[in-house]
Amino acid sequence: MSQILLVAELADGHVRKSTHSAIAFAKAANLPFSILVLGANASAAGKELEAFGAQKILAAEDASLEHPLAERYAPTIAAVAAAFDIVAITASSFGKDLAPRVAAKLNAGYAPDISGVTNNGGKLSYKRPTYAGNAYAHVEITTPKQVVSVRQSEFLAAEPSGGNTPVENVAVAPADAAAARIAFVSLEAAKSERPDLGEARVIVSGGRALKEKFAEVLDPLAQLLGAAVGASRAACDAGYAPPELQVGQTGRVVAPALYFAIGISGAIQHLAGMKGSKTIVAINKDPEAPIFQVADYGLVQDLFTAVPELIAELKK
Amino acid sequence: LVPLKRVSDPDNANKIKINGGKVETTGLEWKPNPFDEYAVETALRLTENGAAPKTRLGEVLVVSFGPKEVETTLRAALATGADRAIRVDATDDQLDGDLVARALKALVEREKPDLILIGKQQVEGDSNQVGQLLAEYLGWPQATFAGSIKSEDDKSLLVHREIDGGSMVVRVTLPAVVSVDLRIVAPNSVQSKHSPAHKYADGVRFAALMAIMAAKKKPLVEVKLAELAPDTALKIKVTSYEAPPARKAGVKLKTVAELVNKLKTEARVL
Ligand SMILES: Cc1cc2nc3c(=O)[nH]c(=O)nc-3n(C[C@H](O)[C@H](O)[C@H](O)COP(=O)(O)OP(=O)(O)OC[C@H]3O[C@@H](n4cnc5c(N)ncnc54)[C@H](O)[C@@H]3O)c2cc1C
Ligand SMILES: Nc1ncnc2c1ncn2[C@@H]1O[C@H](COP(=O)(O)O)[C@@H](O)[C@H]1O
Repeated sequence: MSQILLVAELADGHVRKSTHSAIAFAKAANLPFSILVLGANASAAGKELEAFGAQKILAAEDASLEHPLAERYAPTIAAVAAAFDIVAITASSFGKDLAPRVAAKLNAGYAPDISGVTNNGGKLSYKRPTYAGNAYAHVEITTPKQVVSVRQSEFLAAEPSGGNTPVENVAVAPADAAAARIAFVSLEAAKSERPDLGEARVIVSGGRALKEKFAEVLDPLAQLLGAAVGASRAACDAGYAPPELQVGQTGRVVAPALYFAIGISGAIQHLAGMKGSKTIVAINKDPEAPIFQVADYGLVQDLFTAVPELIAELKK
Repeated sequence: LVPLKRVSDPDNANKIKINGGKVETTGLEWKPNPFDEYAVETALRLTENGAAPKTRLGEVLVVSFGPKEVETTLRAALATGADRAIRVDATDDQLDGDLVARALKALVEREKPDLILIGKQQVEGDSNQVGQLLAEYLGWPQATFAGSIKSEDDKSLLVHREIDGGSMVVRVTLPAVVSVDLRIVAPNSVQSKHSPAHKYADGVRFAALMAIMAAKKKPLVEVKLAELAPDTALKIKVTSYEAPPARKAGVKLKTVAELVNKLKTEARVL
């Protein structure tokens, strides 16, 4: 039977919840899996995954792996993957950067950003969104080894299933020669008390209409709901919101229980990133805005009066 | 070197039809992949000569894989300022990202560019892979999802990568692969010591009529796919396409109070 190697994603020395979506993929594929954790403190982080039913937890721990650079990570992943059939990683910016480089090393076909998997008697078929989510492709990988990246919004984070897999150390492979030509300079992490877009139950997103009042109008609502804040490309491009908040085809893809689209027209690139949300609320003063075609509840109002009113109503 | 793909009009992707498990884009116009236009703009800005604006400090070579008609896309890039174009003859169904990357590798070994600027994704397949695959095949460093690039000394680039939760700054020494993100075409995103004094407009430049005429005389050559990649076997097989589940429009409500009530009692999400 095929064996899956999952690559964990860390932030600040801890496992990111995106990793739990990769575990959910392995469970959906109905195949045994092991987890590889890379980093400067990989074994400590690996312990956080002991209760998820992995066959093995493998830690590649080395100071040279402090920052996730593909030229340093890919060689170790490829070396460990020699004993596996499928390598899976979450389709976050971490996974999207890394997975193709690993696939090329393994001479493996790569299915990016998959939203589903079926196991037909050992033969895997993957489903992935294309054309801004307007066509799902069913794909098969024709090579003996396979690499996939997993859409976090479609594979709900796996819960611990009990057990305690021990953490074993694995050798760190020499970095690519190219590693000498790339250096980490700094990480400018967004400082925010709000939850990550990929993990939030509620998201409050704003568009171009918010202008310079983006934070002033949306933050109190997000605060009240414990929500993450998102944005359209237009809001990010104009500098009303930082780039990492962009939701859409070319930003973050999200599927919260509740999504507010406020002053967002609903261009197909935006819809591609949030159409999977359970309940969608749109607030827009244009009754013809395309966002209303996907919204469960719409308010045709000026957002600058509707949002404060909404906050007041919720506080009642 | 900048790879360039044509895509069916991305602003109307919701008008595609799925028939017998296949995607039909009939009626949709071909457009250059937006990220590739951004990569061309980036290449033009990096080779701009502030001291002598009519000259360029480097050559910009654009490459597309596709049938004869993609020459329109290549000519458009030549009109905005690229110097030369290569079309690798192939149809879309003969290609996957891996084959494009392997063929590009062979082309890079011939052309010896200092820098490959590539779109982070093409917006039909949304694969986000060719740049990274190519970097590995070449043994070059990769700086993906660049939101800004500063050319420090013509030998290395300081790149702000847009990542989940913030940005990561890396320094790459050329030759390298840099994949570009949306913000790369903001007015101040691309800087070098040769940058002109004027500020760039937001977005990509348009071709003047004269330049469109002149572009017809710029070199555009055809290369056979098999010449670049002897092994044309695909690693990915699309078995079929299916339409996504439709999401039906909901209701428009009159008041905020009504909305809160629905969210609590009907959707039960509050
Ligand atoms: C390559 C590419 C990739 C892209 N990727 C993405 C992506 O990932 N995510 C994304 O979001 N976009 C993306 N886009 C951009 C997309 O096409 C749209 O341009 C963008 O989503 C529009 O943002 P918006 O809705 O905020 O602005 P607009 O379209 O300008 O809409 C603003 C809306 O606000 C409403 N409004 C104005 N004032 C008020 C008020 N006072 N009260 C209430 N409503 C008001 C208006 O009626 C309008 O509907 C991409 C585009 C390209 C070319
Ligand atoms: N057929 C093609 N011709 C030229 N460039 C391509 C082709 N396919 C992909 N690319 C390049 O690879 C980038 C990333 O594409 P992808 O990895 O397929 O999302 C695109 O932005 C293009 O620059």
